Amino acid sequence: MTRPRIGWQAGVLCFLVAAVALAGGARSQSPASGPQAPPAAPTAPAPDDRVEVPPPPFTDGIFPCSSCHASMPVNRTRRELTEFHTDIVLTHDEQHRWCLDCHDADHRDQLHLASGAPVSFAESYVLCGQCHGEKLRDWRAGVHGRRTGQWNGHKTYLLCAHCHNPHQPRFKAIQPMPAPVRPSRSGQ
Amino acid sequence: MKPDSPGTKVSRRQFASCAAAAAAGFVLTGCGPRRLHEMPPDRLKDAIREMERRYAQQFGQTVAVSDAQPLPGVEFAYALDISRCIGCRRCVYACVEENNQSRDPQVHWIRVFEMEKGKGVDFSEADPYYAPPEVPEEGHFYVPVQCQQCRNAPCTKVCPTGATWTEPDGIVVVDYDWCIGCRYCMAACPYGARHFNWGKPTIPTGKLNTKTHVLGNRPRPQGVVEKCTFCIQRTRNGRYPACVEVCPVGARKFGNLLDPDSEIRYIIEHKRVLVLKEELNTLPKFFYFYAT
Repeated sequence: MTRPRIGWQAGVLCFLVAAVALAGGARSQSPASGPQAPPAAPTAPAPDDRVEVPPPPFTDGIFPCSSCHASMPVNRTRRELTEFHTDIVLTHDEQHRWCLDCHDADHRDQLHLASGAPVSFAESYVLCGQCHGEKLRDWRAGVHGRRTGQWNGHKTYLLCAHCHNPHQPRFKAIQPMPAPVRPSRSGQ
Repeated sequence: MKPDSPGTKVSRRQFASCAAAAAAGFVLTGCGPRRLHEMPPDRLKDAIREMERRYAQQFGQTVAVSDAQPLPGVEFAYALDISRCIGCRRCVYACVEENNQSRDPQVHWIRVFEMEKGKGVDFSEADPYYAPPEVPEEGHFYVPVQCQQCRNAPCTKVCPTGATWTEPDGIVVVDYDWCIGCRYCMAACPYGARHFNWGKPTIPTGKLNTKTHVLGNRPRPQGVVEKCTFCIQRTRNGRYPACVEVCPVGARKFGNLLDPDSEIRYIIEHKRVLVLKEELNTLPKFFYFYAT
């Protein structure tokens, strides 16, 4: 018998509390929303003078590409290279891709995006980010890849290609530094 | 007990002389040696000059001992990407060189554990002595462990001399001059992050890092405990710790927990993050995460 009565009282109480809270909330919100715009969602950071990126890691004597290619006819046929660049072995989705999917035949010293828009070697991360978008996002936030310098100031990022060979991006295994010495028995 | 029992009667003269002795003792104690964090600035300067003189004599090199204070509005935190670490131990040796750890007997502030992928983070099955020709080994992952800079640090509570404490920027430090070598803190630390100088520390000639901090990498004597200080000599000057900069895969991240734009905040807010032995409520400021 008592249960429904308590429920009814509680209902009224809840209604009153909610009404007061709503009124209070509306009052406290109105001045805040007026003069101040809500903080913008974090977007890709603009080029920051506090961040430095070393130049792209070109193989010695290979760049600019146009120094050889400017005088060569363009052959857009997908093929295995047998005369030059034979040291480059592509293990990066090689079934679906070859040189001119990233390198640009018309602007030899540049790369191009899937859209055909040219992109410089210094901004190659835009090209990588077409497929590896989440890595690009993390890299911009400083979470993917190595940063050196100041945690509160000037820092150096590396380009994707500084750590990952674009033609064979998987990290190669390396030799570990020596294991710690096991503690010796006392008296030995 | 009766208030007027003969045993408890103290004459006015006795009381006065006891009080005078206690006051004299109090004053004399105040004049004596102090822990580094309670020293007045001018005395700290003197103490540091004395240290620099002693180290110059000992190592035949000019050694700079800094007393850089915590930066306001800064609380340091660290994050390590378990999905990236390849167990190469570059961090271990960069730390040894940066922080003047003893080469023999060997002291390593960072210990890298090799674990099996199927078993997850399990220290009872972990191997710190792995030595294959190349890492990472198939089917394994690596968890480097160093001081977790706990907010609720068990080590500082057990120190009988107050020789270890948490600085305002969150770094747990040791005063090597007040450490009596009882190693209670080592027993209290659930991470094995504190290390004792069982022998006289040795650093090869010319290998001493002469940029030191009074609470960090200044040379230590035998018989004291030492630990990771987030490279206090670097980080209080705005630099990244040595282990962060040396990591070849960029698995190590460092920054200011109070700065909403820092890498560390991005990781905590966007990634899968864990702390070691969470159930102990030590509240580490060293986070492990999976970036992928």
